[in-house]
Amino acid sequence: MADCAQPVSARAGIGAALVVAALIFGTLAAVVLRAEPGRGLGASDWAALRFTLIQACLSAGLSVALAVPVARALARRRFIGRRLLIALLGAPFILPVIVAILGLLQVFGRAGWISDGLALVGLEPVQIYGLHGVVLAHVFFNLPLATRLILQGWQETPAERFRLAAQLGADARAMRQLLEYPMLRRVVPGALAVVFAICLSSFAVALTLGGGPRATTIELAIYQAFRFDFDLGRAAMLSGLQLVLTGAAALVAAKVAVGEGFGTGLDRPLQRWDGNSTTSRIMDGFWIILAAAFLLLPLAAIALSGVPGLVGLKASVWVAALNSILVATLSTVLMLILAVPMATAVALGRGTMIEVAGILGLAASPLVIGTGLFIVIYPIADPFALALPVTALVNAVMALPFALRILVPRAKSVVGRYGRLSMSLDVRGWPFVRRVLLPRMRAQIGFSAGLAAALSMGDLGVVALFADPEFATLPLQVYRLMGAYRMESAAGAALLLLALSMSAFWILDRGGRWHAEA
Amino acid sequence: MLRLEDCLIENGGFSLHADLEIVPGSRIAVIGPSGAGKSTLIEALAGFRSLSKGTVRWNGDDLTKVEPGKRPIAMLFQDGNLFPHLTVAQNVGLGIHPNLRLDSAQQAKVQAALARVGLDDMEDRKPAALSGGQQSRVALARVLVQGRDLLLLDEPFAALGPALKAEMLDLVAELVAESGATLLMVSHDPNDARRIADQVVLVADSQAHPPMETAALLDNPPPALKAYLG
Repeated sequence: MADCAQPVSARAGIGAALVVAALIFGTLAAVVLRAEPGRGLGASDWAALRFTLIQACLSAGLSVALAVPVARALARRRFIGRRLLIALLGAPFILPVIVAILGLLQVFGRAGWISDGLALVGLEPVQIYGLHGVVLAHVFFNLPLATRLILQGWQETPAERFRLAAQLGADARAMRQLLEYPMLRRVVPGALAVVFAICLSSFAVALTLGGGPRATTIELAIYQAFRFDFDLGRAAMLSGLQLVLTGAAALVAAKVAVGEGFGTGLDRPLQRWDGNSTTSRIMDGFWIILAAAFLLLPLAAIALSGVPGLVGLKASVWVAALNSILVATLSTVLMLILAVPMATAVALGRGTMIEVAGILGLAASPLVIGTGLFIVIYPIADPFALALPVTALVNAVMALPFALRILVPRAKSVVGRYGRLSMSLDVRGWPFVRRVLLPRMRAQIGFSAGLAAALSMGDLGVVALFADPEFATLPLQVYRLMGAYRMESAAGAALLLLALSMSAFWILDRGGRWHAEA
Repeated sequence: MLRLEDCLIENGGFSLHADLEIVPGSRIAVIGPSGAGKSTLIEALAGFRSLSKGTVRWNGDDLTKVEPGKRPIAMLFQDGNLFPHLTVAQNVGLGIHPNLRLDSAQQAKVQAALARVGLDDMEDRKPAALSGGQQSRVALARVLVQGRDLLLLDEPFAALGPALKAEMLDLVAELVAESGATLLMVSHDPNDARRIADQVVLVADSQAHPPMETAALLDNPPPALKAYLG
């Protein structure tokens, strides 16, 4: 493309990519310099590594194994609420982790609905803390994602193949061999890798449902080394370990993953002629109801138990909510300032380096960046005083890879479709950005801003590292209320958090699409 | 005078050579087999492709290194000639000022251009609310306010029906007659050429040939054109 003139310069995007790379590598360097290589890994560090790997394997395996029949059922059944259910499968992405955990506790916890039911028939209550609790929460978050990925695989199977299979009179077994298994062979490795990579850097789930020597992830160990022992050397060493793990997993995931489950049109009906036997109808119904219940019951529990708690919310909760709104706003603005120029530069053909910078956010863990920032800031300023901007910045970088996936295709199509017309009219530089690029990308900017705002609103990660007792965001406040066993207030605050996250997403996404021409 | 002096356009394995002159005020149809490089020639003239060698001159000025928007050229593409998020008046106004900061005289110019192409009272509509023919008229109104010396058409009316296409070509012929602009239009339909072009540039065999009289060429085509016309 160097051959042609461009309607706008790629410089801003390259600058933004450099800022992101400097932040990630700078904090990494700070961490590495601080780590004490002679010390090596202690017994508890090995335990954390083992637990991290085991829970990620189990979570990925279970999520995908359950997603296969759920996706099959959703792909071939038509029922009222199907569109809604498929849309709902996208919701856990922006659902604050702490809210989901409270919901899961109310369903699966010691005093939860299932334990109550078991008590009626004289059985022991279920135990949610520990490995199975962590895995349960991860499956809650990743079963929908895995289902969407596999559903995408079904959608990409050409309609002609279904027609051909029906024409050949393929029975259920033949359908699996002709269509489903080849599709799964293509899609499942990617789904496994993505879920595995996500679960590797699990922090909030391990913080609330894990803990103790037998259920600590590396991210949680970083936090503990930091908060409880203020052992920066150990935190740095664990950060290095975490970075190697997530980096490797992100590389593998990027290699084998096909699609990302963001795609629209997953609810598009597809005509199928198979699966009409009574058994398969019953099985499909079973899986759909099970999946829907698994997703909806914890949310319903939050809604039910949150309403009474909502009335008596303390001032501290409202202050935390205000902080969260500030963090989310700042984080969204920062993300857009980075992502829009980067997406534009990619669209102008300056791809590779910038896309790598964007993907770095997937490999770097928030706690590692947080640790690095702390090490950098500590000698010059009080890191705790900077909790709000630091949280916003880290959240912005974390949201960046997702935002780029949404923005880049659109930026490419705008530059491809309107670049030459603009140049022939001498609409270049800022007029091009203001009159053409931004208006044409409004819907995608709104969507990515909505994601970033919701992710930041619900994030319980780096803020736990940086916050002093005086400062809290809403997720952190919910966590503190849970820790103080004030479950009713926690549920109320969680419901408020859920409402804030969802409205932030809804307002920005709608705002972007409002009156936007195709 | 538009002069293409020993120009070579290369793109991968494709190459096109042009060495020709076009008299100001001419109406030229660029015809030839598909894939021969008709659009490539127009794109190079407009500045979207750089030349491997040679010079493009307009009235003696070297255009070869000039940005597309700074050339004395207005161009209509095959599609996407309007911005869907801008109103009709804004789409036309871009032809006067890329920033859309228009004073009242310039706004009056936009209104007059819209009236000239038969689109009074449409200035606040968005392109989606117009028919295909009306959208073409908006693009032509913009060409009018641009007031450039050269007008390049890369088959912008290809998606219209035959009657509407003829109507648009007639309108183009009227507009260039009024402004005295030089017209170069890509076409794959010899009838378009007969309709409004007095000369034809034949693009075939990696070569853009110098303009020839339309009727003479089409009535007595050389072998390359004959193979294309059938």
